[in-house]
Amino acid sequence: MLTASGTFGYGREYTDFIDLSDLGGIIVKGTTLHPREGNAYPRMAETPSGMLNAVGLQNKGVDYFVEHIYPEVSQYDTRVLVNVSGSTVDDYVACAEKIQALDKIPAIELNVSCPNVKQGGMAFGVSCEGIASVVGAVRKVYHKHLMVKLSPNVTSIADIAMAAEAAGADSVSLINTLLGMSIDAEKRRPRLSTVTGGLSGACVKPVALRMVWQVAKAVKIPVIGLGGISSATDAIEFLLAGASAVQIGTANFIDPAVSVKVVRGIEDYCERHHIEAVSSLTGALEI
Amino acid sequence: MTKRIIDLRLVEKREWPQAVLLKLRSDVEPLPEAAPGQFVQVRVDQSPATYLRRPISIHFIDRERRELWLLVRKVGAGTRAMADWPLQTRVNVVFPLGHPYTLPKASKKERCLLVGGGIGLAPLLYLGKMLHEQGHHPMFLLGGRSADDLIQLNEFEQYGELCLTTEDGSAGIKGLVTAHPVLQGPSPDRIYCCGPKPMMVAVARYARQKGLWCEVSLENTMACGIGACLCCVEDTVEGHRCVCQEGPVFNINQLKWQI
Repeated sequence: MLTASGTFGYGREYTDFIDLSDLGGIIVKGTTLHPREGNAYPRMAETPSGMLNAVGLQNKGVDYFVEHIYPEVSQYDTRVLVNVSGSTVDDYVACAEKIQALDKIPAIELNVSCPNVKQGGMAFGVSCEGIASVVGAVRKVYHKHLMVKLSPNVTSIADIAMAAEAAGADSVSLINTLLGMSIDAEKRRPRLSTVTGGLSGACVKPVALRMVWQVAKAVKIPVIGLGGISSATDAIEFLLAGASAVQIGTANFIDPAVSVKVVRGIEDYCERHHIEAVSSLTGALEI
Repeated sequence: MTKRIIDLRLVEKREWPQAVLLKLRSDVEPLPEAAPGQFVQVRVDQSPATYLRRPISIHFIDRERRELWLLVRKVGAGTRAMADWPLQTRVNVVFPLGHPYTLPKASKKERCLLVGGGIGLAPLLYLGKMLHEQGHHPMFLLGGRSADDLIQLNEFEQYGELCLTTEDGSAGIKGLVTAHPVLQGPSPDRIYCCGPKPMMVAVARYARQKGLWCEVSLENTMACGIGACLCCVEDTVEGHRCVCQEGPVFNINQLKWQI
């Protein structure tokens, strides 16, 4: 059980509510080679059972992370993964190299699926050639675990996942947000400064579940499922669909302690069903 | 101040045409420490229309009774649902959140003008109480569209003098808060403000012209309330800053408003 990038800050935002060591790990905010101010306000619109965001990868850049944030997060008694984003292949490579030098970061999650910046990686994540180019280039320089976060804004996510696997990904996580839009009819204006944004929350769960199921059948590497998980039952559904692990995202905003509740809930489920290893649930869907 | 997730019980409610006062009591534990200007994130219910929590200012804290008071303007699905809660409803809140108003040093007795517009008067009650307790001299300048907006006046009166304005003239001076003659009198040492943005900009402009210290409280749309999602940012002289974490209270010199 991991907490999803962009929903958990750098972990410190949640330490009043939970003990981070109860989690499998946290994935910190999307990090880019150079600092980014992100998009203009407004960046968020609530939607039925979900929300749209257009944050736009606001972060202080990888050098700031290495110097100021890593010393703190490396003390956490949990695994800390860094979500790496970029506009060009060279940016991804340079950023991944800098994170590789950090002993306490066991893996990166390559974000080839941010829908909120013009060249925020989604351009790479929506074609097999694009994802192969960026994953292949990062694979050459990054020798720890390379997780690749997939965009749902594609026709066949299984094809994209297979391209990532062929290019050297160690695992894939999915789904990133779905491209969406919200309009204020009274004002005849979009609710987001960027007009479109990324949809997340409970409303995307059926889509995410379907995509995890399709991808898990198509690749041999582990699949990490996310998209609308807010309970242990949700998480177990993703495992049954073929995920080896899950991430919790938007639900952290609604209940800052939800991640630990999900972990406990999975333990209860396993006890009730006399399951010794959670891993036996992966792909155990009976059709 | 440690943030907590806590269940409270609705013990008292008072309703006006545009707003509702909710008194929430902690039955089992003392309320967490909180300062004026901070806010809480309220879980409304699990209906599709109220998926996220609602950020609401702390109106008042009655430590003896373990009560948190929220003054809520009924504007959308979430706040209307809150107004409909029956007494005894269990209410889940996360608090205290955000950066509070800056209180003057207790050693120096200061004259403070607390300017509230519409539901923006909510955080000023607890602020006025704390200023009063520390021996300062709060004065409330409260404005609304009509007398219906000027609520909780009996409470405000306990801590300082009231100056009122309404746009329709149904109470106090007719006009906006900036039309009130108190602003033509001796300058206060500090101005604290909360209300609609045009009103806060006007008050900030007044403060800037007079060279007065002034803090305002913003209400940008939020998701997490704890500085994690970066949705509620305000453009400041230091770049984008989270209103939920580095605000909601900002000194006007931090903001890039055209004032």
